[in-house]
Amino acid sequence: MVKAHIFRNWSVRIGASVLALMMLIAFAAPLLGTVDPSLFDAGSRDLLPGKSGEIVTLEGENLKHTFRMGSDSYGRDIYSRVIYGTRVSLIVGIATALLALGIGIVCGLGAGYLRWLDGILMRFMDGIMAIPAILIAIALVALWRGSIVTVVIAIAIPEIPRVTRLVRSLVLTIREEPYVEAAIALGTPTWKILFGHILPNCVAPLIVQGTFTCAFAILVEAVLSFLGVGLPPDIPTWGNIMAEGRAQFVSFPHNVFFPGIFLAVTVLAVNILGDGLRDTLDPKMAKRV
Amino acid sequence: MFSFVARRILATVPVLLIVAVLVFLLLRLTPGDPAAILAGDAANTEQIARIREGLGLDRPILVQFGIWFGNLLQGNLGESFYYKTQVATLIGQRLEPTLSLAVLTICLAVMVAVPLGILAAWRFGGWLDRALMGFSVLGFSIPVFVLAYILIWLVSLKLGWLPVQGYQRIADGVGLWLYHLALPSITLSVLYIALIARVTRASVMEALGEDYIRTARAKGLPELRVLIHHGLANAAIPIVTVIGIGIALLIGGVVVTESVYAIPGLGRLTVDAVLARDFPTVQGLILFFSFVYVLVNLLVDLSYVILDPRIRY
Repeated sequence: MVKAHIFRNWSVRIGASVLALMMLIAFAAPLLGTVDPSLFDAGSRDLLPGKSGEIVTLEGENLKHTFRMGSDSYGRDIYSRVIYGTRVSLIVGIATALLALGIGIVCGLGAGYLRWLDGILMRFMDGIMAIPAILIAIALVALWRGSIVTVVIAIAIPEIPRVTRLVRSLVLTIREEPYVEAAIALGTPTWKILFGHILPNCVAPLIVQGTFTCAFAILVEAVLSFLGVGLPPDIPTWGNIMAEGRAQFVSFPHNVFFPGIFLAVTVLAVNILGDGLRDTLDPKMAKRV
Repeated sequence: MFSFVARRILATVPVLLIVAVLVFLLLRLTPGDPAAILAGDAANTEQIARIREGLGLDRPILVQFGIWFGNLLQGNLGESFYYKTQVATLIGQRLEPTLSLAVLTICLAVMVAVPLGILAAWRFGGWLDRALMGFSVLGFSIPVFVLAYILIWLVSLKLGWLPVQGYQRIADGVGLWLYHLALPSITLSVLYIALIARVTRASVMEALGEDYIRTARAKGLPELRVLIHHGLANAAIPIVTVIGIGIALLIGGVVVTESVYAIPGLGRLTVDAVLARDFPTVQGLILFFSFVYVLVNLLVDLSYVILDPRIRY
């Protein structure tokens, strides 16, 4: 019943469809007429979209290839890199959302339910929130050197306080509910109350928050790569493709625009999905914003 | 009121302190020798030893924090090994472009977003309202650098109206300064407009539902006066609050925008310092940006007293 209710919302329909399409692209990347995104050919540098050329495979064969989105200044196929870049963006977005939710839930449950933990933990979270998110991410990736794992952790850290605050505020209201009092009176262990009684009632707002965190993470990963402080430049990410293309932007704007369009459409889809989920799952939150 | 101001100022001290501790820990909890990281990749053993001694790295971590924090209180953010100057001096030199960009962006955003938000709330559900809500989702989703390149391509390359990149100091003439900053500020303001317009719409809409609005209309006040004097005035606090919170987004946006438009400000400095692995500068910049963010939000809190005469502490 709830499911039908959610899918009657147009924002959810549009957002979820576009996102499903992106996931399909990510999964089926090798089947979509792509070549290995790391292949390059000095003879096929700076081709315009739709031009044909040759590309050398890892085995050393010359392959006839149509560069649907043109090629970059190394002679790599932009189309293949953009398609494979979908994988990186979705992995980073989803992994960051899960990590931030996981840690944020534990911290939020703790702060909301355990009085002694509340003050110190929330002051700590206030401190993290006072540092602009992108700066934390940039500094952490620079210190740890870029890889998918470090990028995910670095983007998740500034998002944890947001989840913690949300969970804490939910716990503070839920803990006064009769069923929680009943559970306490029955002598239920604290962890069981937290995870068995309180957490299931936080699910709807957490899904909504997770969606927005996912959109934010995809955006920040692209920004980090674009600035040259994210994933190493040989990994095909939308940010990296744009960073590579920016030097020749005046003569070959498509190197920047194709990955840019994919990035904007994906983030837009996730945000629209989040808006729709907020309206259907969490009407109270919809009124607040 | 004095006690409110004093209490509010005191309340920011712990937050600033925690920010300082976090920035301090950022480097100490990272694997590797902090002295070697701070000295940079090109440093020799002697330089590393000097830094280790200066920071007291062989002593307990609390003493290390004491030394570091003592320096911080004296405005000593350390020395950049890449630029070979004090970090504080470096920040001072790069402040003007960033401040110009930020102030212009905020002014532009407020001037566009607040009237749009009021109009959307006034004609709630109408075409302007829907267009604005659609625009705001788009504004949140389109990355600053993608938008920057679209605008450069359209306005600078195709139409030739504004320069592609660069910055002119305000001392060289306000016209030239504005000419170079126009496109970056427009780029950066889109996200901010989306944020402020959304909140203005929501809070003006709430205010318009109040009884005093009906009274104001019943006594025959012109609609514009009802909207501004009764609607907007009562919606001012959430609007000012979101402008303050949005500073965090703005700082993130400044880093990207300055990088795309080649503006020699603090955002550009941040990226350059990270790429050069110049950690004293990175540390100093994070501290500086965070302190600005906290202080702006302190000012926002203090402005409540002026914006809403009902608030008496």
